[in-house]
Amino acid sequence: MDLYLPVANLSVNALVIVLLGAGVGLLSGMFGVGGGFLTTPLLIVYGIPPTVAAASSASQVTGASVSGVFAHVRRGGVDFKMGGVLVGGGVLGTGAGAWAFRRLQELGQIDTVIGVVYVAMLGWIGSLMLREALAAILVSRRGEALRAAKRRHHPLVASLPFRTRFYASGLYISPLAPLLLGFATGILTMLLGIGGGFILVPAMIYLLGMATGVVVGTSLFQTLFVTAVATMVHATTTRAVDIVLAGLLLIGSVTGAQIGARLANRVKPEYLRLALALIVLAVGVRILLGLVWRPEEIFTVSAG
Amino acid sequence: MRRRIAPLLLVPLLTGQAPVLVPDVSQRAIDIAYSFTGAELLLFGAILYPGGRVPAGEKPADIVVVVKGPTQSILLREKEKVAGIWVNAAHARYRSAPSFYAIASSRPIGQIVDERTRAIYELGLGSLQLSPTSSDAPEVQARFGRGLVDLRQRAGLYLEDPHAVQVTDGVLYRARVGIPARVPVGRFTAETFLIRDGRVLAAAVRDIDIRKSGFERFVARAAERSEIAYGLVAVGLSVALGWIAGWVARRL
Repeated sequence: MDLYLPVANLSVNALVIVLLGAGVGLLSGMFGVGGGFLTTPLLIVYGIPPTVAAASSASQVTGASVSGVFAHVRRGGVDFKMGGVLVGGGVLGTGAGAWAFRRLQELGQIDTVIGVVYVAMLGWIGSLMLREALAAILVSRRGEALRAAKRRHHPLVASLPFRTRFYASGLYISPLAPLLLGFATGILTMLLGIGGGFILVPAMIYLLGMATGVVVGTSLFQTLFVTAVATMVHATTTRAVDIVLAGLLLIGSVTGAQIGARLANRVKPEYLRLALALIVLAVGVRILLGLVWRPEEIFTVSAG
Repeated sequence: MRRRIAPLLLVPLLTGQAPVLVPDVSQRAIDIAYSFTGAELLLFGAILYPGGRVPAGEKPADIVVVVKGPTQSILLREKEKVAGIWVNAAHARYRSAPSFYAIASSRPIGQIVDERTRAIYELGLGSLQLSPTSSDAPEVQARFGRGLVDLRQRAGLYLEDPHAVQVTDGVLYRARVGIPARVPVGRFTAETFLIRDGRVLAAAVRDIDIRKSGFERFVARAAERSEIAYGLVAVGLSVALGWIAGWVARRL
């Protein structure tokens, strides 16, 4: 079933895109991540121009996070004050990201930068998760209960001024820390078309030391708003949001996300984390190979 | 009255020395709609010789058909391996690279005309007038030119088919040219050349408009012109679809 994408200016097999969305949605439902880190590279591999891929997958992450946010709000899993600060930082970050995007596009280095940032980020997060998941599996195999790590925030965070209370997170810290965290995630959202959940969640736990009950909900809250803003920024600056492509991805991913959420309840969480770590590392290795192997196309054309 | 005048007008045309080309194309406009996966153009026509047939004792003439898309101003970048990874390094600017170029002929173009004529009429992928704006060395320019042609050839945007034109009885010709789905929109031209002994005897041009139609045109225009509304619709669509899926799942 071929369908013409009016902004990307090419025709794609609609079924392949819906299935791609469903696969990513399945993973995002199972692991609680947005899945943008998979959508953008897969779309590029399929032949969608990188800018259109990044712009359109941001809106897919918005769709995938909506039902998650509602579910977490209902059971009180969102710290709105913390979320608001993160969103504020995120919006500033998308602005900075848009500027960086345009600058890198002019220099012709946007694709390389996207690739390098992906490899660094996926490699780092993936290996951290792999180590943590393997340790957890070993411990549970031996039948011991995992010692609960003492929750505390990073000393650097404690040294920032203007402390305020975040009741739901159980924190008394400076709002500058989550603001900076949101800012960094916003830049990544704009550049890579990802929600940044898999950066945000570990950072909230290990850097800010938030109460674990509100971490995922608050991260999804931030993702929802920042990806929506990123879609708006793309629509008004790069004009690369393809609504047909986004629609196809959404149909697949929102369905997949619901199925994934049900599957997740049947698998032990440490095995889920192990699987996610392996997927993250595999995507990172694939992108690394794309950077170091001689590309099929030495020349690229852009409007000038 | 009119019936009498028409043949009279044709007489000087047919008794003149040079033959006349009467070309046409199967479609004067190609509409890109949701199911567009490319199109095939049929270019056909007649060669009107003085006297109505191929003059005795003359070699048969060749027909060359060129379909060109709107020219673009482009920046071509070349990747180079730097510190282990492939990054864009050198670049070249072109003021008028055709976005689409297909040439079909009855024989390989190199056997029909010499290099000078090829350059004048832009016949063949090796003779495109790209008008580079950078003042690079000729060998660098040649490398970039070859790179661009090779890149677009693999994308199906530049084509060269030396046997695609069929000439029937020396007076009727036809050729098929495939237009890929990735084609840019705009005004295309189909030029037909009648060539004998390396000289262009006659040439004629027809325009073809390639445009988006219906929903595709609406979406592409909205994305360009009312970008804020377009962005809001995109965000609204994703929120609505995500919310509906969650609502359905809770009730299953």
